[in-house]
Amino acid sequence: MGSINDPKQYKKNIKAFHPKTNYFVSCLKAFIVGGFICLIGECIEKFYLAFTDFNQNTVGNPTVATLILISSLLTGFGVYDKFGQFAGAGTLVPVTGFANSITSAALEHKSEGVVLGIATNLFKLAGAVIVFGVVSAAVFGIIRLTINNLLG
Amino acid sequence: MKLGKQSWRFSNAVYLASTGTTAGPLEKQGPIGTEIDKTYDKLHCGEKNWEAAERTLMREAVDICLKNVNKKPEDVDFFMAGDLLNQVVTANSIAKEHQIPHLGMFGACSTSMQTLALAAQFVDSGFADSVLTAVSSHNATAERQFRYPTEYGGPRPKTATFTVTGAGASLVSKKESPIRITEATVGRVIDWGIKDVNDMGSAMAPAAADTITHHLEDTGREPSDYDMILTGDLSSVGSPILREIMWDRGIDINGVHQDCGLMIYSPNQPVFAGGSGAACSAVVTYSYVANQLKRGKLKRVLVVATGCLHNPIIIQQKESIPCIAHAVVLESIGGE
Repeated sequence: MGSINDPKQYKKNIKAFHPKTNYFVSCLKAFIVGGFICLIGECIEKFYLAFTDFNQNTVGNPTVATLILISSLLTGFGVYDKFGQFAGAGTLVPVTGFANSITSAALEHKSEGVVLGIATNLFKLAGAVIVFGVVSAAVFGIIRLTINNLLG
Repeated sequence: MKLGKQSWRFSNAVYLASTGTTAGPLEKQGPIGTEIDKTYDKLHCGEKNWEAAERTLMREAVDICLKNVNKKPEDVDFFMAGDLLNQVVTANSIAKEHQIPHLGMFGACSTSMQTLALAAQFVDSGFADSVLTAVSSHNATAERQFRYPTEYGGPRPKTATFTVTGAGASLVSKKESPIRITEATVGRVIDWGIKDVNDMGSAMAPAAADTITHHLEDTGREPSDYDMILTGDLSSVGSPILREIMWDRGIDINGVHQDCGLMIYSPNQPVFAGGSGAACSAVVTYSYVANQLKRGKLKRVLVVATGCLHNPIIIQQKESIPCIAHAVVLESIGGE
């Protein structure tokens, strides 16, 4: 290790001063919390199957809608970000994280008005997810179609 | 008058006549919470949005500062203020309300000492009899301006700092008071290639080191000539780096160095590596440190306010963070 006063090597030389992130613990937390959210989803699904007319094919939509509602409420009450800091990807990746990104952006920009504040910024974070979701769906759709046709 | 390469010595007596500080709920619970003049239990400070809350913090700090010495806004010659929002809008709004001739300033989190140094220079040169300075920052407005709020769902690394919600105001004048402003050192912009806005302590440490090194050279002093060398917001990551850089240059500041970002919160508060923001150095300097100087418990303090001068666009374009540090020397005239 050279002198800490060497600007070119500075970034490398200060690594020892940075607190370490324990990736194993982070993954474990994300796994448990993410899994728990899925478990809640599963319970909601079972509830709808038992008490409503939804069947196995149609029950997905009301389940997702309920999860979105719950997570949006938690965002509004200021609780979801606390989970987010603790669980990382565990709360970011499921549909609840997507709902949180939209609700939090809406809340953040409420003071700038309904049109230029809320409506404009609603998809500030979620926009990227939608763009890559749609684009990758199209790309993989074409790949699948091509392979299916080639295989006859 | 100019001292050495980049410092000033105020040969006419210039005093820190009064200070005013305000802060939010987390700062109130911190170790120096009771030293702050006015604290709020809610981040909104009774206002309808965050920006209005920040204006209230600065307005109250200015009012308290003036009230302490029974002055009115019209008794003050100039107002120098800044904050972290676009076009230093908080400072401009308060200047509009008070109708004091105004110079808006931006030095990011170094604005506190930038305004104080220039105010002292105005008074020393006779261009003003008294100058009012103020800086503010608010956790929610700064997050929106500069970073990626955790509310959006992503966790923050341990190197991140937490923007202080608060404001600090000071009145610099010729009238004799317990605290004298004796020297100031204007910093250079230093950039050693850190690009991570969640690691501003590492980015700013070299700037602080540069200013402290030149200050000591210009004044011919040793670190031990100071009771405290106080950096603005290097946090628990940047502070040991600064001490290491200084040690490597043959200057030992280990015994006297403290950091405002570590003094304003307790280690068990949820603030990651420590406090940051324009108000961080201002609130600590104008409350706890000023009180200690007044009582004569501290004799001579070097306040080095550190600032990251980036904007969000250049960070997204993968540019590194330019940093600066301005230093001001505060001396006790002997205690009450």
